[in-house]
Formats: sequence, structure tokens, C-alpha cells
Amino acid sequence: MEILVCVKRVPDTAENEIVVNSSGSDIERADLVYSVNEWDNYAVEEAIQIRDRVGGTVTVVTVGDEESEEVLRREMAMGADKGILISDDAFAGSDGKGIAAILKAEIEKGKYDLILTGAQADDGAAQVGGMLAAMLDLPFASLVNKIEIVNDATIQVGREVEGGNQEINEISLPCVLSIQTGINEPRYVGIRGIRKVASVEIPVHKAGDLGIDAGKVGKAGAKVKKVDYFIPPAGKGAEILEGSSEEIADKLIELLKAKGGIK
Amino acid sequence: MALQIFALIAHKNGAADDSAFELPVAAKAIDTAASVTAIVCGAGADVDAVAQAIAGTYPNVWKINHPALAHPNAEALRLALTKILPKGAIVLMAHDTLGMDLGPGLSIKLDAAFVPDVVGIEGLDGSILKLIRQEFGGQVSTHIHCDITDGAVINVRSGSFQATGETVSGAVADKSGEIGEIQPKRKYIETVVAEVGDVDITKADVLVSVGRGIEDQENISIAQELADAIGAVVSCSRPIVDAKWLEKSRQVGTSGKTVKPKVYIALGISGSFQHLGGLKGNPFIVAVNKNPKAPIFQVADVGVVTNLLEFVPELTERIQEKK
Ligand SMILES: Cc1cc2nc3c(=O)[nH]c(=O)nc-3n(C[C@H](O)[C@H](O)[C@H](O)COP(=O)(O)OP(=O)(O)OC[C@H]3O[C@@H](n4cnc5c(N)ncnc54)[C@H](O)[C@@H]3O)c2cc1C
Repeated sequence: MEILVCVKRVPDTAENEIVVNSSGSDIERADLVYSVNEWDNYAVEEAIQIRDRVGGTVTVVTVGDEESEEVLRREMAMGADKGILISDDAFAGSDGKGIAAILKAEIEKGKYDLILTGAQADDGAAQVGGMLAAMLDLPFASLVNKIEIVNDATIQVGREVEGGNQEINEISLPCVLSIQTGINEPRYVGIRGIRKVASVEIPVHKAGDLGIDAGKVGKAGAKVKKVDYFIPPAGKGAEILEGSSEEIADKLIELLKAKGGIK
Repeated sequence: MALQIFALIAHKNGAADDSAFELPVAAKAIDTAASVTAIVCGAGADVDAVAQAIAGTYPNVWKINHPALAHPNAEALRLALTKILPKGAIVLMAHDTLGMDLGPGLSIKLDAAFVPDVVGIEGLDGSILKLIRQEFGGQVSTHIHCDITDGAVINVRSGSFQATGETVSGAVADKSGEIGEIQPKRKYIETVVAEVGDVDITKADVLVSVGRGIEDQENISIAQELADAIGAVVSCSRPIVDAKWLEKSRQVGTSGKTVKPKVYIALGISGSFQHLGGLKGNPFIVAVNKNPKAPIFQVADVGVVTNLLEFVPELTERIQEKK
């Protein structure tokens, strides 16, 4: 099975406080800790497990700047066989459709049976997988939390739906799936693994290499544009308890008692 | 010509989802002069029941009763919708598991723009629709300009628009005959219902809920000790279940359980909308989080900005002392 996994380098929200810059044009990126998008990590782990069961290769691809190479290396240290960096100034400002169009061009250069994306990334958009599938005219399932290979032509996938229920579908290959967290336990990547792939060459593909019309992607081709970032006007907001931790604990105990929170 | 807006109605067991009553409010926010049509898809008697019921909310209702739409399948739905939607249509749907499955691909097939998970609509400026989204789990908001010249698919976050309860007497049109044959490459097989765990968090009056801020499986004991001291039950956010630190039946949220406690103590939970989606009945919320900007503080009643790993054991000890 030839598997392609689309990954993205994103600020780690669990580690960072996200702050809007003074002009509102972007978030403050200077001191951010970056990592692989959480959902993508599950997708790569799943791809590796499938390859180990049925054979084939796992390729990881990202559209990003030079620094995005580090997430490709991390996923290769995890066990992906190949990495491809798609990088070109012309791609800046692409909307979801632009990114999907760029990935489509790369995918059409290869021959993949299974294409995986994360269910969503830092912008919570959950769009690239579904768009990519529609552009390639391939079947698609989102929020996949189970994959069973039936044979060369068919797989069974579980989709997570509301209330933790699971919807089982049969899909013909090739297809595109977006992967939900919890499908597996992504393996730990140690320093040794990272070192092992440190010198592996990662090809960089530009708009020209992929035959992409620069006017159709990037800012020029985007129907959906992000104008600015802002902090929403504060709503009701919590009463923040102040004082020493003993004082805070005592206040909290009183409040909990009053609200029936202590039996 | 007036803008044509269509709202895709999510429904289950013959009843429309709450989002069905919120989407007309979103449609009004786009353009008060637009024609608004609800689309109810499915198979069997449910479709008629939902279409009739929703005609009290929408002036126009299209119903599509088709065997290929008997079970959830975004591909079949997309094939059906692309046959009947006019060029340039604005399509609204909930940003739920169906909307996430359907919206992106539908926008490509309609050659329309796509904006997911919209939380606010500021209206039209010529062919530019001004929208509001959030990023980074709700830590920051963004203004979005969407060119709707060729139409758009807009997924709306549930609960972002307040249903008005306004009623109309809408007309139901049967569009089933226009669909013809549909042969999706993805076939629905069955729905596996979530397992019931040993503890029922939906029945608890007080929940001590842990999120990724608990950092380690061993630290769950910190929450358990607090819960024991106050007579509460331990629940959690999704990453805790993904890491297999607690079982799925303890997860609060849209893809977990809906809970209605009197008091909800959120420890190291950022407050993403999927998590808060499982919290109903307006409980008294206490949030302990080291990030003062965490979105949970917007919905909490009381907040403590601190490292929970140090604070919670102290709190528990204090409660035990006072007993
Ligand atoms: C389709 C879909 C369905 C989903 N369904 C659900 C669902 O049902 N339930 C759910 O919960 N999520 C769900 N999610 C995931 C959701 O989007 C968030 O990723 C998740 O809720 C985040 O969990 P969290 O708040 O525990 O972690 P994070 O967002 O990582 O937040 C951790 C918080 O802990 C704080 N913190 C860290 N260390 C400490 C410390 N020592 N002391 C105090 N505070 C600390 C941080 O400041 C941060 O605010 C779903 C996602 C998708 C795409």
C-alpha cells in the first residue's frame, strides 16, 4: 500500500499562550514552540502501522516554509519512509482550496492508494482533506478513528460521530481520509531516531516543478482571506480569585459550599 | 436577483437538530433580503415529518426523499445536492460531524468558496461576505472576507446564533424526482453505539474534570483525591481519553458525554467549543488554569490562575482539614 500523509507545522497551543501582534496582522510568532499538528501525528502513526501490516511505503508531505522540514524529519524518525517539502513564495496566503490544489498537483505526480490528512489543524478548519478528495474525484471520509484493510481495492473505516458513536463505512481505494485523534497511540520519537534521519535528503518542490499556475494559489487565488487577528471583546468572564494560595483555597471552599459543590 | 441561501437541515429520529433553528438567524445576518430555503434530505417517513415541522421556521422547504440518503453518507448527499442547487447559492450547514464531512467537498464541486466553523457574521459588502472565525482552540479570533461571487458553503458553529422562535407558514416542495440515480463509492454499513462505562458522569451533581494540563497519568490521582473529598465524580477532556488515561465514558464533549452537573470544576482544560458543547444546564463552573487567556475563563464563574499540580493538592488538604 502506497500511503501519503499530509502534515503541517503548527504552534503548540498546549505550550504557548497565543498573543495577537500590535498591528493585528498575525499572532506573535517570535517565541512560539512549534510541533507537528496533533491530528497529523495520529495519521502518520496509522500509516506506519498499516504499512507494517500489509507492506508498502509511507511518504509525508507538507506545504510550508524551510522550517517545516523539521516536522517531516520528525515524522520520518517515527518511521515514514520519505518526505517531500512543497515550498514556494507564491504559495503564501493560500486559502484551504489553494493548499488542496497544491497537494493535488503533488499527488498526481505519484501513485498513492491511501491519502491521509489530520482531521483539522491550528485554524480548526477541517477542510483540506475533503477538498483534496473532491478535486481528485476520490471517495472521502472525515474524522476516521478506525481503518481495516479488507483487500487491495477496499477498506472499512470507522468515523467518529456525535456522542462517541462510530459510523462504519466501506470505501473503495484509492481514497482520502482525515484522521481523528485516539485512533492509535502515536509512538515516542527519541533523539536517536531524529539523528538517524538527520542527513536524509528531502526534495523541495516549487510551483514550477508541480506545474501550478501561481495565480490560482496564494493570496491572488484565494476566495477566502484572513483580514486580521483580534481578541474578542471580553464576555462575562470569570471572577478571578486573588491572594495567597491559602486565601484562594478558602474562598473557593466557601463558594463550593454555597453552590452545593461540597457534600 | 436576490441572494439565494439554503440551509441543510440535520435531523435524527424524525426531529430536526437545534442547528436547524439557528441557521435562519445566520441567513438573516448575511442578507435580510435573501430568499431562504431549508433542505431536508433522507429516506422514509422521517423526511416528511422533519420537512413539515421545519416549515414552521423556513418560508421554503425542499424535501428530498431518496433511498440512497437513508443512512448518513456525505458523498451521497453531495451528489444529490449538486443536482439541485442553483449556481451561486449560499449553503449553510452546522459545523458538526456531517458538516465537516460534507462542506469542503461540496464547495469544490459547486466551485464555491468555503468557510468552516463560523462563529459570527458581519454581513455583505458587495460580493464580499464578512465573517468571524476563531483559531488556536478559541484563543484568538479572525475577521474573514469571503468572495461569494460563485456562491459559498458556510459551516456554522452550533450555538453561535440564538434561535428566535419566530414562526412562519412555509411551503414544502418535493424535489425527490430531480435526483435520479446516485452511486457513492463510500457505503454506509452500520453505526456502533458508544460503550457504557462503569461510572455514569451524566448523573453526577459535581464533576472534577481534568484536561491536558494534568500532564501525566499519575497526576489523575490529584483530581480523584479532590473528587473524593467533596463527593464528586472525575470526568475529563478528550486528550485524556486519547492517551488512554481514563476511559471514553468519562469524556465530556460533543464526541463524548453531555453532562448537566450543578458544579463543574475544570482542571487544566482550555475550553474548546467541542468540550464545552458537552456541558449543559448552566452549571457553576470553576476553572483552574495557568494561562490567564485560556478561553475557559470566558465561560467560568470563578477562575484560579495557577499551576494546578501545586494548587489542587493544597485545596484538597484544606477541605479535609475543615471537615
Ligand atoms: C470533531 C472533534 C470532536 C471533539 N470532541 C471533543 C470532546 O468531546 N471533548 C473534548 O474535550 N474535546 C473534543 N475535541 C478536542 C478539542 O478540540 C480540544 O482539542 C480538547 O478539548 C482540548 O483538551 P484540553 O483542554 O484538555 O487540552 P488543551 O487545549 O491542550 O488545554 C490544556 C490547558 O491546560 C492548561 N495547563 C497546562 N498545564 C497546566 C498546569 N500545570 N496547571 C494549570 N493549567 C495547566 C493550559 O494552559 C491549557 O489551557 C474534539 C475535536 C474534534 C475535531
